[in-house]
Amino acid sequence: MITQARSTLLFTTPIVKGFIQAKKGRQRRRAINFFWLGITGVVTVLALVPLFWIIGYVAVKGAPAINLAFFTELPQGMGSASGGVLNAIEGTVLLTVLSGLFAIPPGLLAAFYAVYHPNTWLGIALRFGADVLSGVPSIVIGLFGYALVVKPAGHFSALAGSIALAVLMLPIIIRTAEEMIKLVPKNLRAGALALGSPEWRAALQVTLPAAISGIMTGFLLGLARVSGETAPLLFTSLGNDRFEIGRLVQAGFRSGQSFPEILYNIIQQPVDSLPLTLYKYTQQPFPAQIQQAWGVALVLIVLILMFNIAARYWVSRQAAKNRG
Amino acid sequence: MTLIAGASLLVVALMLAIGGLLIQDSTGARQVFGWSFLLPNLGSTWNPVTGQFQGWSFIYGTLVTSLVAILIALPMSLGIAIFLAELSPGWLRAPLGTLIELLAAIPSVVYGLWGIFVFLPAVVVRAGAFLSETLGKIPLLQVVFMGQIPSSGASRLAAGLILAIMIIPTITAVSRDVFRAIPMAQREASLALGATQWETITRVLIPYGLSGILGAAILGLGRAVGETMAVTMVIGNSLQGSYSLLLPGYTMSSVIANEFAEAVSTLHSEALIEVALILFGFTLILNGIARLLVWKIGSRTVEEARA
Amino acid sequence: MQTISSTAGEVTSRELRQPQSPLVTIKGEPLPLTSSKFVLSDLAFYYGKVQALAGISITIPANHITAIIGPSGCGKSTLLRTLNRMNDLIPKTRIEGQVFLDGDDIYSPNVDVVDVRRRVGMVFQRPNPFPMSIYDNVSYGPRLYGVTKRADLDQIVEFSLQQAALWDEVKDKLTQSGMALSGGQQQRLCIARALAVEPDAILMDEPASALDPIATLKIEELMQTLKSSYTIVIVTHNMQQAARVSEFTAFMMIDQNRAGTLVEFGETAQIFTRPKNRQTEDYVTGRFG
Repeated sequence: MITQARSTLLFTTPIVKGFIQAKKGRQRRRAINFFWLGITGVVTVLALVPLFWIIGYVAVKGAPAINLAFFTELPQGMGSASGGVLNAIEGTVLLTVLSGLFAIPPGLLAAFYAVYHPNTWLGIALRFGADVLSGVPSIVIGLFGYALVVKPAGHFSALAGSIALAVLMLPIIIRTAEEMIKLVPKNLRAGALALGSPEWRAALQVTLPAAISGIMTGFLLGLARVSGETAPLLFTSLGNDRFEIGRLVQAGFRSGQSFPEILYNIIQQPVDSLPLTLYKYTQQPFPAQIQQAWGVALVLIVLILMFNIAARYWVSRQAAKNRG
Repeated sequence: MTLIAGASLLVVALMLAIGGLLIQDSTGARQVFGWSFLLPNLGSTWNPVTGQFQGWSFIYGTLVTSLVAILIALPMSLGIAIFLAELSPGWLRAPLGTLIELLAAIPSVVYGLWGIFVFLPAVVVRAGAFLSETLGKIPLLQVVFMGQIPSSGASRLAAGLILAIMIIPTITAVSRDVFRAIPMAQREASLALGATQWETITRVLIPYGLSGILGAAILGLGRAVGETMAVTMVIGNSLQGSYSLLLPGYTMSSVIANEFAEAVSTLHSEALIEVALILFGFTLILNGIARLLVWKIGSRTVEEARA
Repeated sequence: MQTISSTAGEVTSRELRQPQSPLVTIKGEPLPLTSSKFVLSDLAFYYGKVQALAGISITIPANHITAIIGPSGCGKSTLLRTLNRMNDLIPKTRIEGQVFLDGDDIYSPNVDVVDVRRRVGMVFQRPNPFPMSIYDNVSYGPRLYGVTKRADLDQIVEFSLQQAALWDEVKDKLTQSGMALSGGQQQRLCIARALAVEPDAILMDEPASALDPIATLKIEELMQTLKSSYTIVIVTHNMQQAARVSEFTAFMMIDQNRAGTLVEFGETAQIFTRPKNRQTEDYVTGRFG
């Protein structure tokens, strides 16, 4: 059969070789190769220009706005150059901590479910749901927080804001934790189950400690993401020039409230956050507020860079542990 | 165990609740305006005072700004992904990847602030003037490039350019992973035939990873469509009855951000929620397609690894 | 060229590293110089600081099948890949010595690597067709070199597929994906793809290791028909295969420094029946490892 296949065509004149003799074509191909490979390097550098431009500009413009009052005083009203953004700093901390409290426990549990029951209907729906949730625009999540909490309660609050942020954070936590739990050697868990530990106990005492560094990364990335978010807060926590946790605590004690009551009172207040303040200040015609907006931007960038560096640290720890 | 299942149920319920609440809270507006809300008609009105609401201007704003963003970001991200996956020496790969990812970590409002005071005056105003002088003179393109860009630079073009920067990390990260997932044997086969590296990339690797790259692009598009703050800060937020990129406009997300807190009537807020519902639908579809495409290349490589 | 004469009388501590005789003989007659395709001269290869090949000098005759055998990890594939500079793709590798292809040193700086790879085709362990049609797979190479006319491409595709003994099986489905073929067909498609750029030599890196016995047999038959037009160098871990298909055999082993060296090179019949070297004898008779 093979000998048959080598038919008349075997002795046709070479075609490709004719083209190869043309040295010009070879040089052209080589030039095209170098040109386009060079272009990929150029666009890589080009994409980094905005990064350094933004960070550099924010550092230069924001640094003069940073002083003690910036961190310790409330705003003194529009147009005033004195005063600070204490309300926004406290608000950001409160919102971030609260949203973490709301999102981390269910996110972690759901991640365990996604890993251990990937093929049940709930497991499939869960991963699909987390995927969908991660794609929902933050402004839509803000409207959701408004409809879910603000409208029934009749007022804006830190609670509403942090619930909206928690919804935003949830898919990040689930996805990272899921990846990290998957990396834990299966026999670790199997061993614990074989010894008669119930499933939740094996998860808590064996899998969780083994994956904790990696899971921390998820927390940090989630916190980094929500601490820079504005859109979900526009109609939920709204903003509050006078928000000051210390004052609320003092007032609470003076009127004889218990600690939980004070806490409840605090989270029922509308609050500001750093990105919210930044947004509002850029809408102002006053140079003092613009100046402070740059300061806020600097604080935000430093905060988020720190979160990201910490996240990378935990990732490398987890990687080291998985190797060891 | 119940707790774990409960938490998972919560996630599923959340997804349904978001859609459900948006549908429920926009009922009034949907009944009043019906499908005319979506009509592609630039003369459409959005007038809170007279209670006339049609969404086309915002849909157009979102589409056109996202389109500008993807047209710029896709080729750039592909270039970066190729550089990171195929060319970069090993020691440079991780730090470069991290830097690109940091672009995604910068908060949207900071992009907005930088946009208003730095990027718009320095880049967009000039680019806008140039485009109106050149493409603005060409008959068919006039529609999208007519008029003078405002001195502040606030325009659909500005929003599109800022969005392009913001979605580069997303597209880059996914398409870089797509390139890395392509078996080495494909590169070897091509290079052994005497192909140059660039020929290998364009004729073998990109076709091989096409669905994944498309998925990456659509994922980026989804991000651009939903992005709110930076766009709200640089697009100018006004309705001028024009399709021009060089003039201010509105997107779906920016009109919600701007007007919802100060909605003058129930119908107004319901109309805004209907806009949100459309936006939600858009991102749902885009993310669905993206997942499908990215997932496809993932499973194909898995199959080949098994084979 | 200089290797051919330089090492003839030199028997020293380097004996282990040197081929018994770098002169290729056929039935005892020296092969004319013009009939050698590759000449390797004191070749050494490094992955970073690790030496993978040491002191390899060998002359590979044209229009014959030469097999490279040896225990795994002895550098067979590395040696094969020096012949079309595929090792260039691996960062931090270094080569010493020379590789001549038809008298041209392919590692000299003014040589175009693209041209080397056009002249020396390669077939890999696992079939690796591109995810495109059979036609596009075969015409991929010619198109790179600027062949665009449909009639030319048609002719090349048919010719190459016929030479690869695949034409009859696929002539009615040239537009189907190459990935849809069976493993053996895919491998023959890869051979056709390599033939399409009209190479002088074909390197085969364990081309049948992923195939079933029938598909393997087809590839082996195919090699016999191809050798009149092409020089074939095949790496195989399967000694029976080397004995069946090749006319010359190079036996490699790792030396005391864990670098791959050439132990013996000669006509296949001689290597398998009257090996001159004790290690070769141990290996071909199965007494080794």
